[in-house]
Amino acid sequence: MNAAFRIPGAGRLSQAKTASFSFDDKSYTGIEGDTLASALLANGVHLVGRSFKYHRPRGFLSAGAEEPNALVQIVRDDARKTPNVRATVQELYDGLTANSQNRWPSLAFDVGAVNDIASPLFSAGFYYKTFMWPKSAWKNLYEPKIRAAAGLGVSPDKPDPDHYAARYAHCEVLVLGGGAAGIAAALAAAETGARVILADEQAEFGGSLRFESGAKIDGENGYSWAQAAVAKLKAMDNVRVLSRTTAFGYYAQNFVGLVERVSDHLKSPGRELARERLWQVRARRVVIATGAIERHMVFANNDRPGVMLASAARTYLNHFGVAVGRNVGVYTANDSAYAAAIDLKKAGVNVAAIVDLRDNPSGPVIDEARALGIEINFGRAVVSAGGKLRVSSMTVQPKNGGGERTIPVDAILMSAGWTPSVHLFSQSRGKVAFNDETKRFVPGTYAQDCVSVGACNGTDGLSATVDEAYAAGAKAAKDAGAKTGKGIKPKVDASESWSRGMLGAAPGAGPGTTVKAFVDFQNDVTAKDIRQAVHEGMRSIEHVKRFTTNGMATDQGKTSNMHGLAIAAEELGKPIPQVGLTTFRAPYTPVTFGSIVGHARGALFDPTRRTATHGWAASHGAVFEDVGQWKRAWYFPKAGEDMHAAVDRECVTVRKTAGLFDASTLGKIEVVGPDAAKFMELLYTNPWEKLEPGRCRYGIMLREDGFIYDDGVVGRLAPDRFHVTTTTGGAPRVMHHMEDYLQTEFPHLNVWLTSITEQWAVIAVQGPKSRDIIAPLVEGIDMSDEALPHMSVREGRICGVPTRLFRMSFTGERGFEVNVPADYGEAVWEALWAEGQKHGAAAYGTETMHVLRAEKGYIIVGQDTDGTVTPNDAGLDWAVGKKKTDFVGIRGLARPDLVAKGRKQLVGLKTKDPKVVLEEGAQIVADPKQAIPMKMIGHVTSSYWSENCGRSIALALVAGGRDRMGETLYVPMPNGTIEVEVTGMVFVDEKGERLNG
Amino acid sequence: MLLIRCPYCEEERPELEFRNAGEAHIARSANIAAESDDDFEKFFFIRANPKGVIYERWRHIHGCARFFNAVRDTVTDKFVMTYKAGEPKPEKLPGASK
Ligand SMILES: [Zn+2]
Repeated sequence: MNAAFRIPGAGRLSQAKTASFSFDDKSYTGIEGDTLASALLANGVHLVGRSFKYHRPRGFLSAGAEEPNALVQIVRDDARKTPNVRATVQELYDGLTANSQNRWPSLAFDVGAVNDIASPLFSAGFYYKTFMWPKSAWKNLYEPKIRAAAGLGVSPDKPDPDHYAARYAHCEVLVLGGGAAGIAAALAAAETGARVILADEQAEFGGSLRFESGAKIDGENGYSWAQAAVAKLKAMDNVRVLSRTTAFGYYAQNFVGLVERVSDHLKSPGRELARERLWQVRARRVVIATGAIERHMVFANNDRPGVMLASAARTYLNHFGVAVGRNVGVYTANDSAYAAAIDLKKAGVNVAAIVDLRDNPSGPVIDEARALGIEINFGRAVVSAGGKLRVSSMTVQPKNGGGERTIPVDAILMSAGWTPSVHLFSQSRGKVAFNDETKRFVPGTYAQDCVSVGACNGTDGLSATVDEAYAAGAKAAKDAGAKTGKGIKPKVDASESWSRGMLGAAPGAGPGTTVKAFVDFQNDVTAKDIRQAVHEGMRSIEHVKRFTTNGMATDQGKTSNMHGLAIAAEELGKPIPQVGLTTFRAPYTPVTFGSIVGHARGALFDPTRRTATHGWAASHGAVFEDVGQWKRAWYFPKAGEDMHAAVDRECVTVRKTAGLFDASTLGKIEVVGPDAAKFMELLYTNPWEKLEPGRCRYGIMLREDGFIYDDGVVGRLAPDRFHVTTTTGGAPRVMHHMEDYLQTEFPHLNVWLTSITEQWAVIAVQGPKSRDIIAPLVEGIDMSDEALPHMSVREGRICGVPTRLFRMSFTGERGFEVNVPADYGEAVWEALWAEGQKHGAAAYGTETMHVLRAEKGYIIVGQDTDGTVTPNDAGLDWAVGKKKTDFVGIRGLARPDLVAKGRKQLVGLKTKDPKVVLEEGAQIVADPKQAIPMKMIGHVTSSYWSENCGRSIALALVAGGRDRMGETLYVPMPNGTIEVEVTGMVFVDEKGERLNG
Repeated sequence: MLLIRCPYCEEERPELEFRNAGEAHIARSANIAAESDDDFEKFFFIRANPKGVIYERWRHIHGCARFFNAVRDTVTDKFVMTYKAGEPKPEKLPGASK
């Protein structure tokens, strides 16, 4: 059964292939190849949405990507409810479900439409004026209300179940736009053998050939020629043809972002199909063939459903076989709308009248319209559209005033002329130039290796367009290094010609009127709003734009920018180019987050790094924490233990017997070469020349400004070889910092730097029984205190595999760090664990590691320091080589501020109530009774419950801290002020005897 | 995404492989410990931040890992040229805008 407005014999769709769909719970039938817009229009549905601010009823303005009004929600299932889909772009599939937006309770009766009556409240700049005070009301009152009232669809509340693909591509010539110009350019470029990509946003190629019934190329109807040409291009190995693909962003050096809609047009896309595919294309040359967009006429109530662009009505008729009405009026300031009237008339639609603002135009289309018996009125304006949910009449008046006449119509087709689509050219940082004669902005100065052809370049007429595009395609390929092609230029046999139009408000919406003549439909900006902005002092178009929100909606002002600019210019009494055009920004049309994110979500969002013992830790019940990209075992709870209990047990066990800890994530860098010691002298504050091979030293690395950058234990394996460790998080930047100095400041030093973080697994065995656990497994290393004292390193074998065995301690206990090649990490861990079990050792995680080191006052760079802490501040002055004449940071350390009295120094804190554990980051004051805001003298950097001490312990940075030993300070918290005593930083074994215990 | 020519690899590679490392041709004094506060301030804290041509350091961190110098126009983002670390500031710039 044919829908009421589908015209038999018209259009290109096969009427046999029907598709049923629903809109606002009502069922309709369309045809395969329809857009949702054409299918609704075929059923006589024009009312599809409510406007953003005034909730005015809206229909379809266009038949393409520029659509500002017909935004709908497409619902596939609970998780797939895509809002703000342009019905003019959404292809129909059988079973499609769409809903209108921004209306309640229904589209025809919308309570929010009261905004239309109360519209003086909502004039330009109303957000800024009405909702100014008080500030807190924004968050709690205004914003939620405004958002609820002015909605653009509802976001889905479930995770997106679809997947999105991404591709990189390279080519010699990228052609953006697949109308006559783009196809001609692609043909010319492809014939040279160059790699060509041709992309168009529509499902079918052809651009305006979809509606231009008068075009003939190579003896064929224009649209048929386009299909044949594209088929030829698709068959070529060097050409990639992408339909449903929008070039949304033009970036530096011909890097263009395209998004391909892969499956949104399918009834049931298989799981294997991506929803969209992001193409990131690098092209030697880009040919921009993005065409032009028709502008509407600015007159009162020009937003009534049924009032649309003339070219859209033609597209619906000539491509989809749909009449947008039975009795249409035409309002125009240029020739192209005549063609729409002629096509509709020939298809049997009554054309009530053509109203032409021009005084005495002439030309073949005007003659033809007259010959068809259509009433034509020159020098007249449509001053108002009648009707509410659908246009019912147009009121016509001589443009200089005079008697009005109301003509009943069910649609008004309008055209104020065509705006070249310079969006992508402008995004490429090209500068547009205003052509005073044709009143349009066209590409002026190019910033990149691209060229604009056809309508987007201001080229009129199909013949001139094809000539220009074909030559440009050939030149682009040649400039990109291709040979000359041997193709034949397409021959244009017949074309339509469009002369100019008008910009700004038409009579009836002129100065002095307060009618609602819309400039920007999506943001509900009227001609009056633009004038008001100028009256209120906006002088630059950028200000007018922000004040009125003209052109700031999701359609980016494709139909409204030029009108808004012309009205502002008129009001300012300045020529248009002096008022300026607003900047075009990516994306050209809205792009889903999914296509930008691609596969980088969930587990693939960021790499996960796991140590060699990860599997063992997981199977032994470890709870993991994220440290950068690493998964680290946090604690190992036994049955029934919470974190607190597990950490207490682990802490006590390490000091009583021993514990095993995976320290593999520490950064490791091997510094090798004849000048290795000299390099270490320059990069660390400590002296290194005299460190004997086989010994270790705790090193501090500064930035040039004197602040601590990193720290770690360094072992000297040989005169020319250092095994440097860094903090877990600092590994890459320390490597970068070292390379920077080696390559650019000290290139005379003969040194190599190698990251060995991933090569060595590190198992820390700490506690009084640590040697007993390790010794049975070690070969070739004398484990006695005399042969292997604290802070030494030996190479040998453990469990039969090579090891770098460090005697060192981050717990204050006798301790070792067993480095083995990472592949053996798990096996050696298992062997050590088995030995450890004999002594009652525990596996411990990062939380226990933190507590144990804090009990000893060992700092963690990045926790107890924050980039403003010097070695002296941290109590580590002993690690700065006093006799050294140079190291990175030596001069910074002498800066006046860094040697001044009263600097924040790291100290210990004990709460007066030993059970209270301070919060890390809490601020410290000297006098809790002072007025707010209080003077803060420092903050807590580390704080834990210490089961070994039977109380809480903390480290803090406090102004003049070391002179405050024994003083009482205060930590004001929401639930009361906590009293603390300033102490030294060592809470366990102050003399350090346990290192050999 | 910019394309940057690594003077060591002698190839244009995507920006993703590189890391900016601040202004170039700021030499660290061989006797830095003896520098005055003013000189140290100039060396460490003060940067030109020009509108137009800037000389800066880049590192081909995910490629050959070498540091090199580049001349870039901060208005257009365009790289005028790149050259190896340690080479003098070029006197003549090919096709510089200003
Ligand atoms: Zn390189």
